[in-house]
Amino acid sequence: MAKYSLKINGKTQQVDADPSTPMLWVLRDHLNLPGTKYGCGMAQCGACTIHLDGNATRSCVLPVSAIGKSAITTIEGLSASGTHPVQKAWLEHDVAQCGYCQTGQIMSAAALLKSNPKPSDADIDAAMSGNICRCGTYLRIKEAIKAVAP
Amino acid sequence: MDNTNNYIENLENSPSGGKGAPSRRSFLKSSALAGGGLMLSFSWFAEAKAAEKIANLPETWSELTGYIKITPENVIKIFCPNPEFGQNVMTSLPMMVAEELDCDWGNVVVEMGTHDNVKFGPQFSGGSNSIKMYWKPLRNAGAAARQMLMEATAQTWGVSVGEITTKAGVLSHSSGKSATYGEMAAKAATITVPKNVKLKAIKDFTIISNSQKNTEGLKVVTGKPLFGIDYKVDGMLIAMIQHPPAFGMKLKSFDATAAKKMPGIKDIFSFKLFDEGYELSGFADTRTFNEMVAIVGKTTWEVMNARKKINFQWEATGEVKEISKGWRGEKIETTVPARIESTANQLEMMAEFADGRHPAKPAKQLRKDGDPEAAFKNAAQVIERTYNAPFLAHNCMEPMNFFAHVQDDKALVAGPLQGPAWMEPTLMKLLNLPADKIEIQMTRMGGGFGRRAYGSYAFEAARISQKLKAPIKLIYTREDDMTYGIYRPMYTATYRAALDANKNLIGFHVTGGGIPENPIHANRFPAGCIDNYLADSWEIPTNITVGFFRAPGSNFNAAAEQSFLDEVAAAMGKDPIEMRLDLLKRAKENPVGKNNDYDASRYAGVLELLKEKSGWGKPENAGKKRGVAAYFCHAAYAGHVVDMVMRDGLPYVEHVTSAVDCGVIINPDAARNMVEGAVVDGIGQSFYGALTHKNGAAEQSNFHNYRMIRHNEAPKKIDVHFVQNEIDPTGLGEPPFPPVFGAVANALFKTTGKRYYNQPFTKEFSNS
Ligand code: FES
Ligand code: FES
Repeated sequence: MAKYSLKINGKTQQVDADPSTPMLWVLRDHLNLPGTKYGCGMAQCGACTIHLDGNATRSCVLPVSAIGKSAITTIEGLSASGTHPVQKAWLEHDVAQCGYCQTGQIMSAAALLKSNPKPSDADIDAAMSGNICRCGTYLRIKEAIKAVAP
Repeated sequence: MDNTNNYIENLENSPSGGKGAPSRRSFLKSSALAGGGLMLSFSWFAEAKAAEKIANLPETWSELTGYIKITPENVIKIFCPNPEFGQNVMTSLPMMVAEELDCDWGNVVVEMGTHDNVKFGPQFSGGSNSIKMYWKPLRNAGAAARQMLMEATAQTWGVSVGEITTKAGVLSHSSGKSATYGEMAAKAATITVPKNVKLKAIKDFTIISNSQKNTEGLKVVTGKPLFGIDYKVDGMLIAMIQHPPAFGMKLKSFDATAAKKMPGIKDIFSFKLFDEGYELSGFADTRTFNEMVAIVGKTTWEVMNARKKINFQWEATGEVKEISKGWRGEKIETTVPARIESTANQLEMMAEFADGRHPAKPAKQLRKDGDPEAAFKNAAQVIERTYNAPFLAHNCMEPMNFFAHVQDDKALVAGPLQGPAWMEPTLMKLLNLPADKIEIQMTRMGGGFGRRAYGSYAFEAARISQKLKAPIKLIYTREDDMTYGIYRPMYTATYRAALDANKNLIGFHVTGGGIPENPIHANRFPAGCIDNYLADSWEIPTNITVGFFRAPGSNFNAAAEQSFLDEVAAAMGKDPIEMRLDLLKRAKENPVGKNNDYDASRYAGVLELLKEKSGWGKPENAGKKRGVAAYFCHAAYAGHVVDMVMRDGLPYVEHVTSAVDCGVIINPDAARNMVEGAVVDGIGQSFYGALTHKNGAAEQSNFHNYRMIRHNEAPKKIDVHFVQNEIDPTGLGEPPFPPVFGAVANALFKTTGKRYYNQPFTKEFSNS
């Protein structure tokens, strides 16, 4: 066990965890932030996507010991009230079916739009193909992303 | 199992009828009730504005029927009876109540009902049944409450009920008096719930058939703890199970000395799910492995790490005899074979059964019309094709999980279940507690697709909590989830068509089988359209467990049959849509046999709509590589035209046109979402889906080797069209899914010039 001081959603949080613990489980089990989901544990599905210094990152393969001074944003930090433009677009396009994959999808989309405000279809394909949706909501995801783009 | 499929597909047990169902009276009871604030965290409308409004909800609710509560401020809470797994019942079912209540949808908050079959009916999500089974009861509930509000108002104003009108949650009288529902709710709650209330005419609907946003949308996009895997209470421990690594194997021994010393570990023990001699009842008691090792600790990561340090010994199970009780109470004795299976031998066995080489038993005849033997003997041409499809894993994005807190005199269990009522009797037996001491909470499910109709994970959680006398949450890793079993069965079918010298279709024969179930629905199209028709089936028992998978049986039949009909149409020199329409004309005008499950006019209607909307056969589409298929299942009709291209050496479905007839559309935009999702899922499963075995073990364990369709592989466009009619509505979770497989198969032929008979289709492409 080791103690870590982490910058999460604009706040500093103390965590006592084994250094190998993936951020996914630190968030879910230690910090009570369950919006980040477990889907595969091996960077294959995107359900656990968070922002690490603004970049979309799979938290299931990111050990807590590797975070250092980097800033983490989770879905809870994107906007707790659903007012982030990507969340609003998701509601407007009624994207979700079961909804389980959607927080990961939103985090991937938000990171994409931050670095590339007007993504092409190919850009969206490249940024979003790491996020699996068994319910098959990909078309609405693409529409919602395009609706955010100015 | 075929019986089970039929049972689910034909489930008519609405809350107001059917065996063991409560009478309408008992759930339409009224009472004034205070303190509803308790449950407010579960209701949240899809707009931030509404969310604020609800955050400040008052504490006084008047209950009008079991489904509706109203505050003096006119906030209207509607309870959703059925568990939500993405089919959007938490919006569509309350819409039915709100429509007849005649309230303003903007004032409605929705809450998941408690598990209470007396109050809320069957509470089962599956078989595309929710809409169908609640269509009348929920409208009745809404209309009864409206009537009660009108009576309360008439009494207050001293006028007759007939003079009161309602609109958007406001009661009015010609004298100019008006009041909100909220103002009259307390008085209305004291009035007896009326029987035989009048329902609105469809043309007067203002909420139904108008797109309403997902009532849980805001919770989803803000990452609220909606799912079973998010369930948490103070002092809760995390549990995992280790199941045998292969079908046909069981636990011999294990050594957890080192693992028990790992940080955070509370206990590691083996347990039996069911005791010796336990009589299994129906599929509710389905489990794959009876003895497992539980690893329990403080956090997920600690449990995962300790699990790796356990030394397990496994041994062969041998043949097992099981006694179970069927749907109708009948005793079923099953022999679970000892065989340790690999996909190569499975395919070999299937081939032997399919062509009659296998000595085990002859195919069972399911339906026979006319004289098919003679038709095939006299045929000028016989077309025969065999189709194969593998086991499929459901791969719900939320892996199986369950919370349990079992105490000496009561238990609380919570998690994702499609049919909690089916799990209750088993929990009662395992925990030795009466039903009223077991509280089952239904969480939102991260996908279901049939998988969560089998709650063995709930029983496992209950067993673990029972032993530790502590609240625990059982979590399957993705690997556990994928390798545990309860797959879509493996299927094979051989289709034969007999044509006479004038290329008329004079005979049709399908023989279908599977490990361990056959997929055949013998009384569906094209039965009823052909004079000489034969359907038979065979089954091969296995120790690999299977279960419902989005449109059971149909998800294979629609691929095989619809692909076969394409070849037959070509041999007859007919356009594939015209050929189907000709067959349906026969079924409409002069059907063969009496027992035909489908409505030929509605089936043809979907094909006509598809033809029109896709521009089928139009010169501007001549260059497109298109495939078409249509199918009937779960009370609805659906068809697709798929436009395919080759992209980087692989087939890609670029554009899909869909037509669906499921009666009245409750929530149009959400209905479109369901069809789009079914199309994407269908393309993915037919292109990539496969769960294969080697020495009894699943060869795929996670998404690196089980390929799921991804964002860049989804079509660019899916145009969804609904047949407009006033037929009672039915669900959409399943019907649009099966015909995708057939349309994809047919488009593949147009694109590559080659017929694909074995799924997953892209396996045969060199760079897949
Ligand atoms: S859980 Fe991290 S990518 Fe799947
Ligand atoms: S919405 Fe269900 S997995 Fe994406």
